[in-house]
Amino acid sequence: MARFTPHTDADIQEMLEAIGVETLDDLFADVSPKFEDPLDLPPVLSEYEALRDVEARAGENVSGMPIFLGAGAYDRIIPSSISAITGRGEFLTSYTPYQPEVSQGHLQAIFEFQSVISELTGLEVSNASVYEGANAVAEAALMTARLTKRDPKVAVSAGLNPRYREVVETYRVEVVELPFDGGTTDFSAVPDDVSGVFVQSPNFFGIVEDIEAASEAAHGVGALCVAVCDPISLSVLETPGNLGADVAVGEAQPLGMPLIFGGPYAGYMATHEKFVRQLPGRIAGETVDREGKLAYVLTLRGREQDIRRAKANSNICTNQAVTALAATVYAALMGPEGLREVAELSISKAHYLADRLQDVGLKLRYPEAPFLWEFAVEMPDVDRVNDALLHNNIVGGLDLGDGAMLVAVTEKRTKRELDVFVEVVANAG
Amino acid sequence: MLGERSLESLIRDKGREGRRGYTLPKPDVERTDLEKVLPKKSLRKEKPGLPEVDEPTAIRHYTNLSRKNWGIDTNFYPLGSCTMKHNPRANEAAAAVPGFANLHPLQPESGARGALRVMHELQGFLSEISGLSAVSLQPMAGAQGELTSILMVKRYFEEAGDEGRTTVLVPSTAHGTNPATASMAGFKSVEVGLDEHGCVDVDELRALVDETTAALMITNPNTCGVYERNIAEIAEILHEKGAFLYMDGANMNANLGRMRPADAAVDVMHFNLHKTFSTPHGGGGPGSGAIACSEVLAPFRPDPVVERNGDGFRFARPEKTIGRVSTFHGNFGVLLKAWNYIKMHGPELRDVTDMAVLNANYVRARLRGAYRIPYDELCKHEVVVQPPKGKKALDIAKGLIDHGYHPPTIYFPLVVKEAMLIEPTETESKETLDDFVGAMLELAESTPEDLEEAPIHAPTRRLDETRAARQLKARW
Ligand SMILES: Cc1ncc(COP(=O)(O)O)c(C=O)c1O
Repeated sequence: MARFTPHTDADIQEMLEAIGVETLDDLFADVSPKFEDPLDLPPVLSEYEALRDVEARAGENVSGMPIFLGAGAYDRIIPSSISAITGRGEFLTSYTPYQPEVSQGHLQAIFEFQSVISELTGLEVSNASVYEGANAVAEAALMTARLTKRDPKVAVSAGLNPRYREVVETYRVEVVELPFDGGTTDFSAVPDDVSGVFVQSPNFFGIVEDIEAASEAAHGVGALCVAVCDPISLSVLETPGNLGADVAVGEAQPLGMPLIFGGPYAGYMATHEKFVRQLPGRIAGETVDREGKLAYVLTLRGREQDIRRAKANSNICTNQAVTALAATVYAALMGPEGLREVAELSISKAHYLADRLQDVGLKLRYPEAPFLWEFAVEMPDVDRVNDALLHNNIVGGLDLGDGAMLVAVTEKRTKRELDVFVEVVANAG
Repeated sequence: MLGERSLESLIRDKGREGRRGYTLPKPDVERTDLEKVLPKKSLRKEKPGLPEVDEPTAIRHYTNLSRKNWGIDTNFYPLGSCTMKHNPRANEAAAAVPGFANLHPLQPESGARGALRVMHELQGFLSEISGLSAVSLQPMAGAQGELTSILMVKRYFEEAGDEGRTTVLVPSTAHGTNPATASMAGFKSVEVGLDEHGCVDVDELRALVDETTAALMITNPNTCGVYERNIAEIAEILHEKGAFLYMDGANMNANLGRMRPADAAVDVMHFNLHKTFSTPHGGGGPGSGAIACSEVLAPFRPDPVVERNGDGFRFARPEKTIGRVSTFHGNFGVLLKAWNYIKMHGPELRDVTDMAVLNANYVRARLRGAYRIPYDELCKHEVVVQPPKGKKALDIAKGLIDHGYHPPTIYFPLVVKEAMLIEPTETESKETLDDFVGAMLELAESTPEDLEEAPIHAPTRRLDETRAARQLKARW
């Protein structure tokens, strides 16, 4: 019998009798066409053997080194308390909270997640998460079309993570490109038939963009403004809500989620209360039970696929509940001051590194632009530099493919790591 | 005793200005003055209203929240269509290994060889299980797997210059994500009715399929837990008119080693790795909706797929790809857990299916008489029942909570009035099922008045759901 099935031969016999069939094969009498061969899969392994294999595979990855890659996923410090909470079976092994009486834990955690996102973005309502950053951007693009009753067509610039843009296009949204100059987007000439104007800040090159200009441009043509923001940055940067954005979305991975090769992360989405009916995905709301006791429940369900089917805002069902819980616990542990410190440490270290690189003769691609913790630095041969870095046990930055490296610096990097980085780059340059 | 306040209040109300739950390393470089490097108007003026709590308070708060939540670990959870089987902790151990947990998604392929190998092997496993030759691991949940599949079909017809394919057929038993997916992909969804077994009505289907049909989205076994016995014929009807057969594989727990979608000429399907391969559902995710497809559709798969490259592996962009569906490579952590689960089963996956189907049929046999069973024939991994006349599925569900059981899925599938969809899964023992059946039989006897107050032994009583929607309060 398979590993996690409790059935003894006697159990099986008794159960088959109760059903009124003779063999297990009889239970598949209705199946056609049948598959009768054994599955051609590797032989069954014990837990111990399987986990040794996992270790062996992990050993084939480059790991245990300081990482200077970012571009949408950041190597940040993760408090140990997070996995202690997210690993609790009551959270980990539950389904979507359809039965609120026995799901208050998750429902309240979702409510707290929504609150954290609202506080960070300065917008009134947030959903319970979507898959990840790119998906949040794509869902926001579709949302702008529903709200403006226009065809899905959005204005973006090279400042939007190119991978986000690709996902938006996969979701059959037309994309028009805005000029991008000196590290920031020019919003002065937005076409008048777009449903949304997108502004990522900090943008793909780590630079703070003018969300206010983007919202004015959007509203000027009857479109909506969607701000794509790193949640950590919102501890120090003005909220998209205050700058006129109608929707704020982004990747919540920096809030306490491991890199784990790209996922699971969590996408967040927030908007004004007046737009809530066009928000996709789940929302937990406050209510009371029969005794008047405060409780939480999934609400405004009429937006969702299980109720509205073909007319739903989105097909999203399963989202990222447990990683959203991680973000919530992270925000609680850090608090406003801790989040700010994460941001300030990252900014200080990134600026230290950028200054040292310039000291040894390298040029920033956008020297005049205000950046946070990520910047593009010119190098004729990024590959060679990255090889040299790897040789010195450092995972270098992202090769932008046009003679520059995108370097991300988080609070996790030490001065010593930054100094070695400069030294290696200077010598390999 | 814990006071009401400490149990109920929000994390933010348990703090006090100035408290901190985590210490960061001391700065080792000079602090950058934000006002000097950033435009003044871009700086935040008011700090966000986040909790200011110490670590012990945070841990206690979330631990106590978890105690107001049921999971598979705490209770039998026969939630139909969700495959709430035991989640082995070995999978969690696998995902916590630092060589994976700390792996950046943009690390060059040569520095992520182990991760690519895992993905490549998992592609192979899913290909073997489905019989379909090509796989994509990119979609991050079942619904996204559906969308990916239907977008591939759309792109196929665009590529072929066949502009008339405007509809996708969806059986009336389908999960809500199916018609929602069809709309999102730009198709009109048209419903197909059922025959007396709860299966797609083949005659009705034949009448509906024409040159405007892009695909049929079939779920097999369907959401009544019934095997779609005419699936091969259905595939023929579609193929004759040049349309595709897509299979929603959320219910693959009934098929492992017993039925391969490719043998029924399915063109494209999605898996729910967070159901069939036991990656934990986490209270609503994350998941993975990996897809498998035929050679014809393979060039349209999302970017990237993993290929062999000499003795290593590389990411490749399929020739006519629909594009990316995720920023990086899908929910890799979920893929890793599913890979580990499959390796701990090998060909014994078939026993998983056998025991899942045995358990469901056993419950069906034991409930017969007390509950109405609209399709009382062999079921697969789940069975749909109806309460005795005059009783409500909702009341029975709430009554089950007082007996310590998470309710089955209720009011779904929509085609069955007062539906209760019970999916025991293979990881439950006969004793558990017997006890559950005992509770169900007792509840069948109870009057609506008996159940009006249920649940009384849960963290809350029944909720005022209308108020939540009418007076929306979705944040502190
Ligand atoms: C039959 C069926 N199809 C599709 C889905 C959607 O899967 P997911 O929730 O992972 O998006 C589900 C799960 O709820 C399902 O039961």
